Amino acid sequence: MFYLLSGTILTFSVLTITSRRMLRAAVYLLFVLVATSGLYFLLNYQFLAAIQLTLYAGGIVVLIIFSILLTGHISEKFKNPAPWKLWMGASVFIVGSAVALWALLSNELVRDTGVEEVQIDMHLIGNQLMGTGKNGFVLPFEIISILLLASMVAAIVIAKKENN
Amino acid sequence: MIQGISIHHFLIVSTLMFFIGITGFIIRQNLITILLSVELILNSVVINFLVFNRYLYPDQLQGHFFSLFIIGVAAAEASVAIALIINIYRRIHNIEADNVDRMKF
Repeated sequence: MFYLLSGTILTFSVLTITSRRMLRAAVYLLFVLVATSGLYFLLNYQFLAAIQLTLYAGGIVVLIIFSILLTGHISEKFKNPAPWKLWMGASVFIVGSAVALWALLSNELVRDTGVEEVQIDMHLIGNQLMGTGKNGFVLPFEIISILLLASMVAAIVIAKKENN
Repeated sequence: MIQGISIHHFLIVSTLMFFIGITGFIIRQNLITILLSVELILNSVVINFLVFNRYLYPDQLQGHFFSLFIIGVAAAEASVAIALIINIYRRIHNIEADNVDRMKF
């Protein structure tokens, strides 16, 4: 199951950046996000997988598809990128992933032994998200609420038509 | 943690996904496709956080909450970016990154 999901993720990520039609690229990104939420289910993070499905796959991709339909024609094809850009992208991919994979595989990642695996239920998530003590995340929670409000106002102000 | 699959497998997948996103960021000129690449990059980072949390520190939930916040920030970023793209399209009827070279009005 893991290999199926990761194969899906890698295949469709490559298709996302190589596809020459924008709408297809967005749909391939949708497949990537759904497969990623499958990985979260495998890792036993059901809550986050549900968030991923609703917010990413449901919200962001729909937003992107709307904006594609607002800003272009569906049948429009991209030009092929300039050759130097292709070479630069390929070399960045090869060099970067080689360095990162070398660092990753030469590192023995040892597990903390002797600790209980925590059971994630909604009570625990809620208590920690709103907690102020140890393992409490109330400050980032409040900050992200301000960020979401600010970005909502900014998006409305930027995208609205100016009346002459 | 999953029996039979080591942490390195997950990390290899997310590394490749990260660099695929960076490559897309470089080779594409359309602003929306660049946004798609950014989403790929953010998603691979979220996988990394969750895998480290589950495999190395299974008694805590820090990575889980960081992933939650990353997803929230990605939503905010996508909405503002799409508003900007729509505004640019209204002004110059084109959303190629090469044509957006005047950042003033």
